[in-house]
Amino acid sequence: MTQSFRLESGGLINRDKKISFKFNGKNYYGYEGDTLASALIANGVHLIGRSFKYHRPRGFFGAGVDEPYAIVQLYRNGETEPNIKATEQELFEGLEAKSVNCWPSVNFDVGAINNFLKIFLPAGFYYKTFMWPKSFWYKIYEPFIRRAAGLGTASIKHDKERYEHKYEYCDVLITGSGPSGLASAYSAAKNGAKVILAEDKSRFGGTLLTSEVNIGNQSGKEWADSIISELKEMPNVTVKNRSQVFGYYDHNMLVMSERISDHLPKTKKFHPKQRLWYIRAKEVLISSGSIERPIVFGNNDTPGVMLSSAAKEYMKVYGVLVGKKPLVFTNNDSGYETAIEFKKNGIDPIILDTRKEPQSEIIEEAKNMNINIKNSYVVVAAQGYKKVKSADIAKISDNKEELGSIENIECDCICVSGFWTPTIHLASQSGNKTKFNEDIDAFVPGISKQNEKTLGAANGIYTLEETLKDSFEKGNQLSKKITNNENKVSFPNVVEKKSTVHDKFWCVPLPKGKNYKRFLDFQNDVAVSDIEIALKEGYRSIEHVKRYTTLGMATDQGKTSNLNGLQLVSKIENKVVPAVGHTTFRPPYSPVSIGAIVGREVGKHSKPTRKSPMHSWHEKNNAVFVDAGVWLRPRYYKRGEENLFEASKREAKNVRTNVGVCDVTTLGKIDIKGPDAAELLNRVYTNAWLKLPVGKARYGVMLREDGIVMDDGTTTRISENHYHMTTTTAQAANVLSHLEYYLQLVWPELNVNVVSTTEQWAGAAIAGPKSREVLKKLFPKSDVTNEGLPFMGYMEGDLFGVKAKIFRISFSGELAYEVNVESDNGYFMWEKIIEAGEEFGIQPYGTEALSTLRIEMGHVAGSELDGRTIPYDNSLEGLLSKKKDFIGKRSLSRKAFAAEDRQKIVGVVPLDKKTSIPEGSHLVKDSNAPLPNPKLGYISASCWSVEYDNPFSLAILKDGKNMIGEKLFVMSPLKDKVIPVEIVSSHYVDPKGERVRS
Amino acid sequence: MLHIKCPHCGMRSQNEFSYGGDATVKRPELGKEISDQDWDNFVYNRKSLRGKHWELWQHLSGCRQWIKVQRDTATHEIFKTLKANEEIS
Repeated sequence: MTQSFRLESGGLINRDKKISFKFNGKNYYGYEGDTLASALIANGVHLIGRSFKYHRPRGFFGAGVDEPYAIVQLYRNGETEPNIKATEQELFEGLEAKSVNCWPSVNFDVGAINNFLKIFLPAGFYYKTFMWPKSFWYKIYEPFIRRAAGLGTASIKHDKERYEHKYEYCDVLITGSGPSGLASAYSAAKNGAKVILAEDKSRFGGTLLTSEVNIGNQSGKEWADSIISELKEMPNVTVKNRSQVFGYYDHNMLVMSERISDHLPKTKKFHPKQRLWYIRAKEVLISSGSIERPIVFGNNDTPGVMLSSAAKEYMKVYGVLVGKKPLVFTNNDSGYETAIEFKKNGIDPIILDTRKEPQSEIIEEAKNMNINIKNSYVVVAAQGYKKVKSADIAKISDNKEELGSIENIECDCICVSGFWTPTIHLASQSGNKTKFNEDIDAFVPGISKQNEKTLGAANGIYTLEETLKDSFEKGNQLSKKITNNENKVSFPNVVEKKSTVHDKFWCVPLPKGKNYKRFLDFQNDVAVSDIEIALKEGYRSIEHVKRYTTLGMATDQGKTSNLNGLQLVSKIENKVVPAVGHTTFRPPYSPVSIGAIVGREVGKHSKPTRKSPMHSWHEKNNAVFVDAGVWLRPRYYKRGEENLFEASKREAKNVRTNVGVCDVTTLGKIDIKGPDAAELLNRVYTNAWLKLPVGKARYGVMLREDGIVMDDGTTTRISENHYHMTTTTAQAANVLSHLEYYLQLVWPELNVNVVSTTEQWAGAAIAGPKSREVLKKLFPKSDVTNEGLPFMGYMEGDLFGVKAKIFRISFSGELAYEVNVESDNGYFMWEKIIEAGEEFGIQPYGTEALSTLRIEMGHVAGSELDGRTIPYDNSLEGLLSKKKDFIGKRSLSRKAFAAEDRQKIVGVVPLDKKTSIPEGSHLVKDSNAPLPNPKLGYISASCWSVEYDNPFSLAILKDGKNMIGEKLFVMSPLKDKVIPVEIVSSHYVDPKGERVRS
Repeated sequence: MLHIKCPHCGMRSQNEFSYGGDATVKRPELGKEISDQDWDNFVYNRKSLRGKHWELWQHLSGCRQWIKVQRDTATHEIFKTLKANEEIS
């Protein structure tokens, strides 16, 4: 197949390398250096999709990031990605793309019926149309809208690509490599500053690639190439193409997305697909250029209507003609440059200029080339459905309100230029207070909030000479300030054609009796009439008009529509544009893939996995693990065909009858040292700590200042000024921060040091009536009798040559010990315990059995200490010292906390002694009461009591103190269960606590 | 992301710190009688100021020191940072 729209020569593509690709199932080819858009246009393909709302045919409007239409679904190396701009996607061998937003096909699209029903789809149609009847929403409206509207489809497969994050610091960050970016980067680099120059496109040079200018004795492109290659050689400069700085955040941090592999058929081995750069820059120079504005006229969304600068770029960069009978519709001199380029390539364009008698060097040149120029002419409407076939044109009066008689002329494309809009997104994101520049009818950056300056076209400067002068100067000034080094660059001689002022004309009036759609926002199908309706309906703020009509939303962010929308609102409202103001620019400037944002933090890398030193033993012994914060803990050890319920029952039962061992390494441990350590504990815990003897442990509860329980655990006095604190696994980090807060800020006079030793100690809980027998074998030289090591006692021991700490503490409610050794010896300790316990029937137990044991004992844990309960609620009021003050004590005298019928922990047993009670269920008095049924409490934890062989739960119940013996109902609407229950004491097993002391 | 000067470690990114609230709140002395209203003000009542504000941050992933930071809550500008034991002037 020949490329009928490819020029014989010219462009920056590599004509020696053909690249084949597929679009909507059809095979085409292009050249290396093409974008998907340029290759399709070269092949004469102009219909690329359907519009969002009316499903009108869509072609190409721009040639880069400003493209509102040409969004495709991309297929690459077995993966798919939605919402890719064909104008940005570089062609690679084997590329496949499909149209989006059309069904069943781009040529025959059912949704296009919307185009004929558009009277029913006015502004705010989402809010108005599909509201009634309500039941239709889920079944009819929503599925239909979802199929018919929306852009591409996200892949539901796991993304195999790798994405990276990088942090970088620099003196000067420059965003864009057009003339202003290159000049400022060059002078800053010459002064020795650390410079990053970021270019969104694959080619450096910006407008220098397409404009007819000379710098020094070189063409614009040659100059750009030489500056870039010099910059690349400098060690203090990082030059990046395919890298878009898309967000400007606080304290001069900018984020840049680098597309490393998107232009390749396949990501190279060990390469990421994209890289996200977090750049902290001392100074930022915004050289993002400007985007051409459309002029609004009838059917201006027909494929073939496009920006004149894009048409020029397709010719000059890609050697592609966007049409062979072009019409150039302009209000300024830029359109002439495009027309001249057509003419140079042997195509006869017609220029319609809204201005009456403009004169300039460029216009002179066009005249000398015999280009047909019609002054005071406008395009009234494009004709043609899937492609422009002709244009209705007319003379326009000097006041721009009256149209002359309409003529129809044949054409296959309409290249529009309505002057230029500076790209102020980054400046605005930085907090810059933008101002309106009357000369160019657009906003430009004003007062800076952060260290940024905007250069060149992005600042509304449209001559090359001025741009270069200003940019060399700014680059020099800013870098000199940082490096204290000046190495001034001599200013080159610039040759460019002078242009004259533009016409402030932006919208063609409708001819009498015609009702053409005149689009402002091409991506969201927002027409002039939609804005008119929104204003008629009372929307005034531009932010509200935006949301009601969707003007300037979605991936496009109003790049081409923003200013014309403002012009319209200000015209109807009889205000000036700056009084209307612009909507807030938000990052990202252009869509960024979720993969790049997430980076490496996916799957196993999303958070660290912490394992105890005994982990491999657990693995070898069929442990089934559970996530406990970032820790992996054995939930149960599977034997044969056992399930969770059976295994945990067996393990818990074995603790109650023989002895079990549980890995408790994950418990938080804080080492506390200093002469005031006891005083600190006394203030932090609710009970008394000053008189705890050396070699004793004590259980403590700590509160927040608002009286809510923060954490509990045991702390042991190792020596006179040395304590070993344990916290729950979940609260370990918070408790340390809490202690540091009080020590550093509130009571700096206390001489105490705290440090986390969680990872330094491996811990094993040995629990059960036979645990002492095991301990005796482990520490034959120590006196571990009930007298030698009583309940809450502590001693150091020698575990076959390894130093160990032995605590007689119990979470299971049985006679129990916790042995700690240095982490490196954890595995050794564990093996020794198993070995020594064998004759007593020792079994390892997991977190599930651990829970069972503590629940039936009525010991509280995280599910009761959930940040909503006070000590009384957990029956911990006995631990509140009356003699001393402590953190949070004053709050406990709050009325609600002291209420007579205050909630309290209770035990719950189903009447049938069979039905398991779901955690989180509510307790109610009457299961048949009308809704909302008053809730008396909730189930905090459930287990199967191994002591009594029936279900047992803990609950936090209103007036729990007086509810023992009451019959209530447990209701779980989620599990659809109603269970009659009896309220019992939370201490279901061994209420007197005799076993731990035995 | 804010750039905060830790008085101990130097300029660091916000993600190394955790926020700790109003730095001007003083904890009432232990063991001293205090009215419900005063205690309530200490525990719960905070001004949500627009503008310059002294606040606490902890350099959690750094030196673990609590520091005092004077920040503009509207613009995020940071004017001054102090060590825990330095008085706000």
